Amino acid sequence: MLKNVTLGQYFPGDTPVHKLDPRTKLIFLIGYIVALFLAKNWASYALIFITLAAVSYTAHIKPKTLLSGLKPLLFIVVFTALINLLYGPGEPLYTFWIFRITRQGIHNAVFMVLRIMMLVCGTFMLTYTTSPLSLTDGLELLLNPLKKIKLPVHELSMMMSIALRFIPTLIEETDKIMSAQKARGAAFDTGKLTDRARALLPLLVPLFVGAFRRADELATAMECRCYHGGEGRTRMKQLRFAGIDFAAFALCALLIAAVCVLRHFGL
Amino acid sequence: MPIIKVESLTHVYSRGTPFEKVAVDGIDLEIEKGEFVGIIGHTGSGKSTFIQHLNGLLSPDTGRVIIDGTDPASSKEAARDVRFKVGLVFQYPEYQLFEETVYRDIAFGPKNMGLNDAEIDEYVRRAAWFVGVPESLFESSPLELSGGQKRRVAIAGVIAMRPQVLILDEPTAGLDPAGRESILENICNYHQTTGATVLLVSHSMDDIARIASRLVVFSHGRVALDGAPADVFSHAGELKSMGLAVPQATEIALALKKRGVDIDESIYTINYLRKLLVSLRGEVGKC
Ligand SMILES: Nc1ncnc2c1ncn2[C@@H]1O[C@H](COP(=O)(O)OP(=O)(O)O)[C@@H](O)[C@H]1O
Ligand SMILES: [Mg+2]
Repeated sequence: MLKNVTLGQYFPGDTPVHKLDPRTKLIFLIGYIVALFLAKNWASYALIFITLAAVSYTAHIKPKTLLSGLKPLLFIVVFTALINLLYGPGEPLYTFWIFRITRQGIHNAVFMVLRIMMLVCGTFMLTYTTSPLSLTDGLELLLNPLKKIKLPVHELSMMMSIALRFIPTLIEETDKIMSAQKARGAAFDTGKLTDRARALLPLLVPLFVGAFRRADELATAMECRCYHGGEGRTRMKQLRFAGIDFAAFALCALLIAAVCVLRHFGL
Repeated sequence: MPIIKVESLTHVYSRGTPFEKVAVDGIDLEIEKGEFVGIIGHTGSGKSTFIQHLNGLLSPDTGRVIIDGTDPASSKEAARDVRFKVGLVFQYPEYQLFEETVYRDIAFGPKNMGLNDAEIDEYVRRAAWFVGVPESLFESSPLELSGGQKRRVAIAGVIAMRPQVLILDEPTAGLDPAGRESILENICNYHQTTGATVLLVSHSMDDIARIASRLVVFSHGRVALDGAPADVFSHAGELKSMGLAVPQATEIALALKKRGVDIDESIYTINYLRKLLVSLRGEVGKC
């Protein structure tokens, strides 16, 4: 049951998108988001959509997979659409009670929904094609300049990799403890709200105890292998930009430029 | 009427995804009241998945499970009923302890059954006695105990519900030999005193051979062998091909037989082997 969360799920593969440097993908994603927020008309949305479709085709990620990632956001999407639809500015086409539906409102609602969906799909493209470890590696290298202002970049990225690494473990553990307590007659899904909150104790206490125990063991294991922070640490996998990365940068720049031009001419 | 009846039970994890896995694949099994059944099988053979069907924690994908005449999958009430009838001790059960004191942790199950305080007290003390948790520990925090003691407290937490069927998933994993020995003894004692049906999952042949009266061998989600220990261990070759070892005593008997000693190869306890060897030596001496 808990296994179904696709939080930052990674689908291993051997496509050009998978082979891109994680830094490239992060920068590309930022560029893509900028383009999305600059886009104002159908032509630019179409352009961005084509980019997204092309990337997902290259990465062998099925549209169904991308869309299924949207499911948890359904509520936000519908809510945004309704707000935009019901409170649009301009001449009302149709009025009832306190709502006014306008041409501008419909326009806004459609674009807003498209924007959110493409934003989320773009972000999922990144996590679907990049393993969490290489993602944090890329993030650390990109943020490296911030070390100058005393931001503990290495420590932050180490924390992030550890957190990502342990999400599945904790989910599995939650499942196990839940089963064990159910076997002793615990009921997690019946009763009043207060009863239910109390029923969580047998789950949360062992979960926290386990998390602290794991943290302790992990710290010891890291110390035994002489971990002492990022200072002077070298990597086994050196990240290097290759031709394909420069091609991606060029594509990203082109996309932003095209969207700017379209915005300027108001097509 | 058998107390546990399993008909062509199948369970598939993550159906319809790339991670699909048939964990239990068409199992038929009947277990009579009061039997002591050992379940063995290599890691990943579906033992843990199977036993979670016996108290309704997992529902069959196909097939049925009938416990003492009720199907836990039929309704929520039936599932709850069966959960108190069939006590399930998970692997590494010490990680489920959560209360402030040992006493209250053992009392969690009986409390959920809706018993009154006097009954709870009686059930808790009896359960603690069965697994050898002294009353002097009742007020300590379960987190302060040693690994072996935690394990005992956790087992007591299930026994305290006085289940008619007690299922234990590798209860001795990760314990030292002395701890293993005494927990097995406690389980035997519980079986004999209460007459409960006991299912013991283990992959230590030597442990299980000594105390179970029937062995069920799992392999790749199916029942590969089922019978009295002597019958099962006479299939030494098959067991080995399933990645399982035969008990040391059987191993020695087989080796002796290979060298031409006339010895019964289906023996499986060290004690019996010793007796046989002594009598053999007597014969040799005569010649
Ligand atoms: N919650 C789960 N989700 C997916 N697969 C599982 C899960 N639990 C067990 N499995 C898989 O099912 C198979 C049987 O596992 P299990 O019943 O734990 O075997 P055993 O207890 O005999 O080692 C294994 O291949 C295991 O990887
Ligand atoms: Mg198991």
